[in-house]
Amino acid sequence: MSTKTYAVAIRDTLAEEMRRDPAVFVMGEDVAEQGGIFGCTRDLYREFSKDRVRNTPISEAALVGAGIGAASTGMRPVVELMYMDFTYVAMDQILNQAAKIRYMFGGRARVPLVIRGQQGIGRGNAGQHSQSVEAFFMHIPGIKVAMPSTPADAAGLLRTAIRDDNPVLFIEHKALYAVKGEVPDDPEYTVPFGSARVVREGRDATVIATHLYVDKALRVANTLMKEGISVEVIDPRTLIPFDEQTILKSVAKTHRAVVIHEAHKNAGPGAEIAATIMEKAFDELDAPVLRLGAKACTLPFNLGLENAVVPQESELLDAVRRVCYR
Amino acid sequence: MSMDERLVDIYRMMNIIRKFEEHAYELFGRNLLRGSVHLYAGQEAVAASVCALLDDDDYITSNHRGHGHCLAKGSDPRYAMAELMGKETGFCKGRGGSMHIADFGKGNLGANAIVGGGIPIATGAALSAKMRGTRQVSVAFFGDGASNQGIFHESLNLAAVWKLPAVYVCENNGFGISVPVRESTSVPDIAVRAAAYGIPGEVVDGNDATAVYAAARRAIERARAGEGPTLLECKTYRWFGHWTGDPQVYRTREEVEAWKEKCPIKRLRAELLARGLASAEALDELEARAEQTVAEAVEFAISSPEPDPARVMDDVFYEGGASL
Repeated sequence: MSTKTYAVAIRDTLAEEMRRDPAVFVMGEDVAEQGGIFGCTRDLYREFSKDRVRNTPISEAALVGAGIGAASTGMRPVVELMYMDFTYVAMDQILNQAAKIRYMFGGRARVPLVIRGQQGIGRGNAGQHSQSVEAFFMHIPGIKVAMPSTPADAAGLLRTAIRDDNPVLFIEHKALYAVKGEVPDDPEYTVPFGSARVVREGRDATVIATHLYVDKALRVANTLMKEGISVEVIDPRTLIPFDEQTILKSVAKTHRAVVIHEAHKNAGPGAEIAATIMEKAFDELDAPVLRLGAKACTLPFNLGLENAVVPQESELLDAVRRVCYR
Repeated sequence: MSMDERLVDIYRMMNIIRKFEEHAYELFGRNLLRGSVHLYAGQEAVAASVCALLDDDDYITSNHRGHGHCLAKGSDPRYAMAELMGKETGFCKGRGGSMHIADFGKGNLGANAIVGGGIPIATGAALSAKMRGTRQVSVAFFGDGASNQGIFHESLNLAAVWKLPAVYVCENNGFGISVPVRESTSVPDIAVRAAAYGIPGEVVDGNDATAVYAAARRAIERARAGEGPTLLECKTYRWFGHWTGDPQVYRTREEVEAWKEKCPIKRLRAELLARGLASAEALDELEARAEQTVAEAVEFAISSPEPDPARVMDDVFYEGGASL
């Protein structure tokens, strides 16, 4: 084990995979000398040359499309998008092309493409640099969606993503890059997709949380422990594929669930998760499943306004109390 | 194969494509085909001449009007026709249809129903070839309409900056569905846009197989030599409507008939005969065999099984282990 930041865990995993497999390469805006604007590819060009750590023009659609073409012909590209908001610039290539190629062509193609980058609030980046994009990609079949919340998961999930023969949208969070944690040194360390992590065990309510809200949920769980409420916290880690079993098993124990994320609440991931629980575990529920997510409002610039849009810890506290009828 | 021998082979392929499209049109009329079917008749010289210069491991991406590219790249007409009919034996097991035929074994990375959608994918295949150090080239086929998509600009710039072994073949058939090029496009010759990327651009008579062949050879040789991409604009005309049900209010019968006089197959035939490269009997024989090949493909497709609805969820994801 080594202690490293989330950003370094990503960089080290990229380096290890590039050492292991000459087909793996990185391309994106400012990924070479600049090391990516968040440092996730820092110094990689020194070891692997600018042939395998490619600076690109600001052409997100062509960047993803070129990744598809390379992935279909024997390479394993990792395309960095500087902000996940820029997926919208490349939407045709991601959703009409990458996600559909295997199916449309009768299962005769493989597209081992990773599109990675960061999203979310925390740096005052406002409406076009702070969005949470995962719901769009959950809706269209054919692309996997990973959302690591710790350095160890960033490393383990990214390695799985690079070795996966399907397109993967690998969503990091800008406010997690500086977070430190223990990461296994094993260059074969992987976290399988579709395996949720039970972050904290509990008896009375299940909180399903992603990215920054995993830590917030832990803090809420500690607070509620003093009120005699035992909270189980689960991080799905990948939304596609989604580990239903771990969540349903938890709900069968706690009989109560709250889903929280930074993405908009309306038609967000929480809607899918809550509906799944109600469809498959209705008889287990002692309270309606509650969802917390960003208001249906563009992410504002001002810090106070930004915080007013995304769910706060106090709201999660209230929600858990509510499902426990406290 | 010498260029002269290749021309006879191009003639053979143009006839296969023409027969394929005529049969497809007829099958659509009999309700044996559904969906959108965009026919390539009239443009055969482009696909046949360009693909005659490509090896099996060279790449192409194609567009919604893609049957010609697929056949010219060497794909079996039986599996192509079966895909048009949505059969299990089709290239895509009935999942793709006319607009989504791919044949990875022949380097065809797929037709595309998004105008311009295949251009960056061909660019990426060229990047892959360059990074792997092969002598493969990658050809993107697209129409005049696609040259007005942003992705055209992004892709050509990228290929030029990275000197990729790519050839961009724009088939300018005069219309984006109903809108004539002069109403949609800022320049009469799309090839001049190559100057914006610092790469060669060439206008060629797309109904002249020999001219297309010569221009494509320059572009492909340049790509294989590591000198970067070329934009080739082939001026041509589609004989059928945009799709099989197109009422064609935007053009006159006289205009279509005038272009039919400029039939690329007739033209190549006259050239082959005039230059003594083949006898009339030999060319008749090629034509008859093309008809037979396509008729057999139709039979094969009609007699092929439907895909099993119980397997409709297969292949959304690759479920096997990692390939490496």
